[in-house]
Amino acid sequence: MTSAAHAVLIVDDEPQLRRLLRSTLAAEGFRVFEAENARRGLIEAASHKPDIVILDLGLPDADGAAVVRGIREWSSLPIVVLSARVDEQQKIAALDAGADDYVTKPFAVGELLARVRSALRRAARAPDDQIGPLKLGEVAIDLARRQATRGGETLHFTPIEYRLLAVLAQHGGMVATQRHLLREVWGPEHVEDPHYLRVYMKQLRQKIEPDPARPQYLLTETGVGYRLRGD
Amino acid sequence: MQGRRIDPDALLAHVKAEERAAHRGKLKIFFGATAGVGKTYAMLEAAQRRKAEGADVVVGYIEPHGRIETERLLEGLESIPLLLLQDGPALVREFDLDRALARKPQLLLVDELAHTNAVGARHTKRWQDIEELRDAGIDVWTTVNVQHLESLNDVVAGITTVRMQETVPDTVFESADEVELIDLPPDDLLQRLREGKVYVPERVRVAIENFFRKGNLIALRELALRKTAERVDAAMDRYRATEGIGAPWAAGERVLVGVGPSSDGESLVRAGKRLAAALHAPWIVVYVETPDLIRLPEAERNKRIAWLRLAESLGAETVTLGGHSAGSELVAYAQTRNATRILLGEPSRKGVARWLRPSTVDQVLARIRGIDVTVIKTTEAMRIARSPLLTRSAAYLAAPPSGKERWPNYVGAMAGVAAATALAWFTTPVLNEPNVVMIYLLAITLIAWRFGRGPSVLASLASTLAYNFFFVQPLFTLNIADGQYLITFAVLTAVGLLIGTLMNSVRLQARVAGHRERRTARLYAMSRELASVRGVDSMARVAIRHIGEVFEAQVVLLLPDERGALGFPSSEAEPSSLRGADLSVAQWVQDHGQPAGLGTDTLPGSPASYLPLATSDAQRGQLGVLAILPANPRRILLPEQAHLLETFASQLALALERAQLADQAQSARIQAETESVRNSLLAAISHDMRTPLAVIGGAASSLAADESRIDATTRRELSQLIVEQSSQMTQLVANVLDMTRLESGAGVAKPEWVSLEEIVGSALHRLRRPLAAHKVSARLEDAPTLIHADPVLLEQLLYNLLENAAKYTPPGSHIRISARRAVDEVELLVADDGPGFAPDSDPSTLFEKFQRGRAEGALGGVGLGLAICRAIARAHGGEIRAERIPAGGALFIVSLPHEREAPVVPSEEDPE
Repeated sequence: MTSAAHAVLIVDDEPQLRRLLRSTLAAEGFRVFEAENARRGLIEAASHKPDIVILDLGLPDADGAAVVRGIREWSSLPIVVLSARVDEQQKIAALDAGADDYVTKPFAVGELLARVRSALRRAARAPDDQIGPLKLGEVAIDLARRQATRGGETLHFTPIEYRLLAVLAQHGGMVATQRHLLREVWGPEHVEDPHYLRVYMKQLRQKIEPDPARPQYLLTETGVGYRLRGD
Repeated sequence: MQGRRIDPDALLAHVKAEERAAHRGKLKIFFGATAGVGKTYAMLEAAQRRKAEGADVVVGYIEPHGRIETERLLEGLESIPLLLLQDGPALVREFDLDRALARKPQLLLVDELAHTNAVGARHTKRWQDIEELRDAGIDVWTTVNVQHLESLNDVVAGITTVRMQETVPDTVFESADEVELIDLPPDDLLQRLREGKVYVPERVRVAIENFFRKGNLIALRELALRKTAERVDAAMDRYRATEGIGAPWAAGERVLVGVGPSSDGESLVRAGKRLAAALHAPWIVVYVETPDLIRLPEAERNKRIAWLRLAESLGAETVTLGGHSAGSELVAYAQTRNATRILLGEPSRKGVARWLRPSTVDQVLARIRGIDVTVIKTTEAMRIARSPLLTRSAAYLAAPPSGKERWPNYVGAMAGVAAATALAWFTTPVLNEPNVVMIYLLAITLIAWRFGRGPSVLASLASTLAYNFFFVQPLFTLNIADGQYLITFAVLTAVGLLIGTLMNSVRLQARVAGHRERRTARLYAMSRELASVRGVDSMARVAIRHIGEVFEAQVVLLLPDERGALGFPSSEAEPSSLRGADLSVAQWVQDHGQPAGLGTDTLPGSPASYLPLATSDAQRGQLGVLAILPANPRRILLPEQAHLLETFASQLALALERAQLADQAQSARIQAETESVRNSLLAAISHDMRTPLAVIGGAASSLAADESRIDATTRRELSQLIVEQSSQMTQLVANVLDMTRLESGAGVAKPEWVSLEEIVGSALHRLRRPLAAHKVSARLEDAPTLIHADPVLLEQLLYNLLENAAKYTPPGSHIRISARRAVDEVELLVADDGPGFAPDSDPSTLFEKFQRGRAEGALGGVGLGLAICRAIARAHGGEIRAERIPAGGALFIVSLPHEREAPVVPSEEDPE
């Protein structure tokens, strides 16, 4: 496991949930630190310099997005937030503030571990590294050269489709919020035009997915954004 | 029941007046015969007394005329600073209405009721300022002279030969709560004048020689006394009526004034007002637009419109009728309105002319039964100068000169005659000579029908000449051999002229009738379309389009937000939408419920007109404001057009009110549903929580208690049980939360443009494990690419439907998801080939809360899943229903409104 020496900080006010996460993560070989509120969380993060933070959004003393911003002032370490299912706005706020991904409560431990690992993988990549060729089932895409094939045949993408794929790929399996995608691909004047995104995601799915109605690679996080899951 | 007849209208009017009066400020008028009788002085004296009694008295405006006694009385009274306005080159001081409203004293003194405000003030007239003050609940004292009353304008002008430019509508005077007559005998007044107490000395001599002649003063004093006496009479009548003292109710008199044919409608209207006032009767001014009147020059027609406006300002109801004969239309209308008196102007035609074409008076007299007819002699002497109101109206109505070029019609007429000549020329070998005349007559008839009277007259003369020249011996000269032809010529000319006149009249009538019919059709079309659309936004679009076309205007509907503040509509504009309406004017209209802007007396300088849209029930306030900017002001200033616009506006108001009431009923229904649900919810949860809790507790305690006695298989089984039961509880809690959120209104749909395919995909992804053993197919090609819905809620709806299908069908069943598009909705279908609904159950009850398709049993859940689906569908304005599939299986159909097309995503310019 690559995670052998990784340190993780859990910021959650529920002792039971911390207990569950601590025992699970420790069993996977992580070094675990805990904090029960936002204030302690920021202190622990600064003193222990963990490799990743798992942050509950329902803290009693501060808004989750504020904690994310507090950490982002000095570090780009990966942050995975935990949130209740219905609070899309809260999730989006945390993601827009700089969180890398989110997991909805109640969650399966396996799912959380998978997110933590892919966040660590992405953090290990230097920020200006070229994104390697994408492999999505039969489709191979070289974003740098703007070339794509499907089972050997050339596949044509428009410039906007390439840009959209590139922004999604930069997130390396993490969720990218709708507003972020709109801003990066179409520019700040289009952040309130979600229909642009819908139409282009549909086009992309038709080119990439074997069954566009049941996507495997271009996943929708309804109300939040999109996620590109490579092989 | 033949008891004393109480006129319900009168009673209602009285009740309404009392209701208004309860909130309105009281108006007291210090009334005098002329300037200098001491009105302002008396008012200030009384104000000082009130002040001494402790009342909150403030001076809004006092015209001191440099009189020292008056100025002394102002001491100790708070004054509202005056407003400085730039009127042309001069700076003028005006009463500051806004500051007075903000100060809101108990009693405000505002001198000179008849004053005309400078340009830039809110209202044109001071009496309008005072009306607004009274609306705001402020008591007002003011002063006015008898010569400023509108209905006495003629009379005073007749006495003094000076026509007052500043007039006050009689309605204002009549609405005063108290009128105090400040009386001074003429000799005393003249004495005061000479002593310099009224005017500065240099003006005194001129004044005494002109206006202040003793004869004038006596007459004016008599007028003032009589007017006051009339008021006392009216007050006595009202008192007797309300106290039930056996005095006669207004005996149902109704005065009808016919203006139109006579040339001096102005004095006729004023005479009507005086008669109506003396009889305490309502009065109607009727203008019958006959073909003769349509033919009048523009300026003359505008004059008639101005009379109607004058009548309205004097409190009359005005009506424009169309018809061939003014007399018969007037009589018919008088009968339908139960008029008791008809007032007409003196006939202009005399002697033989009157016998040949009976005047309106004669026509009315010939037909009328049981209605008194009064004929007013109008003389030149009565018309010394135009009344200011008329001058103003006329200025409004002054239309740009008609640039219609008529000469092509005359050319056409000549061409017609030439063609007739050619036709006759080539057919003479076979036709008899009289038939040549017939060809010319036919041509004249056609020309009259096509080009009107002038060209037809020309054609008659030209035909006669051409007939003479080409067909009468000697040919090709204008000489005639046979004198008989003179008669033919005369008859041809006369018949031609007659036909021309007749055709012209027919054309005009047809045009008038067509015009009316079109207007009625437009009104009908708008009403019908308003009834067929849903939502305020669509209604506004319909109204803007129709009103814009009918009045050739730009229109906008301004609606208030929750706090009553008007704002511009946020939706896309129609071609006829008005941009840049003045929101401050509109807000005033909204707050006061009165029209403003063009064509009204409030801010008449504004280019657009602002109409309030009132609800049928005054308690519920205004619905909004309709702003209209006509390309040509005449489009909405003509009284008939103004009435039509009001009709359009009231149709729109009705439709808007209907929409508003429907919304309210809807929210009341939701409220009631929420109440009943909460109770059953608690009962159901406590039941459904108990089982999984017992299972989890039991299994966990076995695992924790003694590990050694449990074998590995049992341990795995117990752990599995805990996982299953806890996930069931999670689902239950999630459902309860969803339901509560949806019902509390927190779950109000936040729709955006979403892809149905994407949402189906994401729901299927979330359910990939429960659905692993099922065959699922999705066919969404028939649905629009984008629909307007809340993505999170819609996904939840699908999730619940599919989870249901997974739960109630055996593994291997086929679940089919499809979509189709109906007229203005999208239908989403989820079908399965499982066992379907129980044979004796009604699928429609499934969507009630705590309902299950099958009896309690192994399957858990509170039965909230489908109730949530329905709540979500309804939050989108849609619906969900369940059907049996005859071949077996269940079908759920979700219909969501799809009323507008998705915005277009610009296609990419692909460089490759």
